[in-house]
Amino acid sequence: MNKSIVISDVDKIYQNGTKALDAINIDIMEGEIFALLGPNGAGKTTLIKIICGLTNMTSGKILINNLDIIDDYRAARKQIGLVPQELDTDMFETVWDTVTFTRGLFGLRENKPLIKNILNNLSLWEKRNEEIKNLSGGMKRRVLIAKALAHEPKILFLDEPTAGVDVELRQDMWNLVRSYQNNNVTIILTTHFIDEAEELADRVGVIDNGSLIVVKEKNELMSSLGKKQILFFLEEPLQFIPDSLSDFRLNLKKSNTTLEYTVTEKNEGVSVSRLIKTLDSNNIRFRKIETVQSSLEDIFVKLVTKK
Amino acid sequence: MSTNFNSIGVFAIYKFEMSRFRRTFWQSLVTPIITTLLFLLVFGSAIGGRVGGIGGVSYAAFIVPGLIMLTVLNESLSNASFGIYMPKFTGTIYEILSAPLSPAEIVIGYVGAAVSKSVLLGLLILVTATTLIPISIKHPIIMLFMLIFIAIIFSMLGFIIGLLAKSFDQLQFFPLLIVTPLTFLGGAFYAIDMLPSPWQTLSLVNPIVYLVSAFRWTFLGESAVNIGSSLVVISFLFITGVILIISIFRTGYRIKA
Repeated sequence: MNKSIVISDVDKIYQNGTKALDAINIDIMEGEIFALLGPNGAGKTTLIKIICGLTNMTSGKILINNLDIIDDYRAARKQIGLVPQELDTDMFETVWDTVTFTRGLFGLRENKPLIKNILNNLSLWEKRNEEIKNLSGGMKRRVLIAKALAHEPKILFLDEPTAGVDVELRQDMWNLVRSYQNNNVTIILTTHFIDEAEELADRVGVIDNGSLIVVKEKNELMSSLGKKQILFFLEEPLQFIPDSLSDFRLNLKKSNTTLEYTVTEKNEGVSVSRLIKTLDSNNIRFRKIETVQSSLEDIFVKLVTKK
Repeated sequence: MSTNFNSIGVFAIYKFEMSRFRRTFWQSLVTPIITTLLFLLVFGSAIGGRVGGIGGVSYAAFIVPGLIMLTVLNESLSNASFGIYMPKFTGTIYEILSAPLSPAEIVIGYVGAAVSKSVLLGLLILVTATTLIPISIKHPIIMLFMLIFIAIIFSMLGFIIGLLAKSFDQLQFFPLLIVTPLTFLGGAFYAIDMLPSPWQTLSLVNPIVYLVSAFRWTFLGESAVNIGSSLVVISFLFITGVILIISIFRTGYRIKA
């Protein structure tokens, strides 16, 4: 798989001395959805702004499909589409004009079928002659996405794309992101909704205080840093855990009515049946069993608070 | 290195700015023409009748080049400064800065539109004045070039003001409190050789004296200030504007954090 973005030793120190980014190194692969997570002020937007040419980096090097963002800025920027966090649009332009304007900025002539297709996909076609000031917040967000797609970018940055949008648009957005991924577009997503990253991302990078804490495949991250638990809801409260169950390191919870067993890589699949037999032999009956898995959000909170 | 000129991108900015001009038709086009007509009426007809002729023409004809300058300088400044300040204010500057456009192309787009608007206004004022009073232009081609050149200088200056301004107050400060008074004192309504000698000498510090004088020279064929000196000052202002804009974009000052 080719590398779409190569970020090498990128530092950003603002004029007031604030270090926003500290030696960031990330390779983002072609066609993947990469979620960049981090608390407010962690440096996510700064990194995106540097890649897109909105902020100067203090040191480091960034390549977009092997094109240097400084030396080959024209060719590099043509590959990138950006959906910013804020609803920054010219309020007096029509939807059609503003999308066409963005395509023009990228040196491309008007392509009516393409723009029509983009507007249709975003349910904006009916609003094409409407001034942006008359649109709802969700519609304005769609316009920003349409603008970012107008020059057919190979890499799409979505900075908090579903902030302030309703559930329906969120689902539409997710479907749209997946469809662009299917067309081999690389997508970099920052979001406060960790479930969004969990739903969409192939890989996850967590950034905090300007430093990259972790970059991993989402599934690998969830299995290595997350935990899976099996909960046994008991028919009768248990006063204490018998010694014969000590190997399983069970926890007794919820007024002694629930036994909690944590599955690790070592014991997964092997000991659960033995645990059930041992419970049975100790005459411990249960009404039901539930499995609980850590969400990406649990892992994210653990990573950020640990630091 | 990136070298190809993004002409479509430049035209996109130009077209966007010109469409803003169309949207604000009354404010952009009609208001300056009405203001000029009022100036011609009050200064040219009412007061000018008592002043008599200057430089071999009527007072009304004498002030026409000054009136055009007054409008062109102000319109160039305000159009260019507003044009770049608004995207900064609303946040839409992100799409200009993230597009494959060089600083020079961005400047050409915004300044080009501001120049087009103010030159168009200048010519409309000239046409309007011609319908009211007899006006002859000794050097029409040079007049047109000088009009365009001066509009470029002040549009660049307006662009710089728009880049540096942090508020609408600051945006208005330079045009209203510096350029307009300097234009009034720069011989828009009088020939500086009409002033007593110390004021005449002091006037030569005002760069707008040279612009008005050179522009009036294209109409009358004679000027209060030597035309060569005027051309030197105009060239100096142009080069200074270009250098300032290049350095602002190179450092990203007030554009990129």
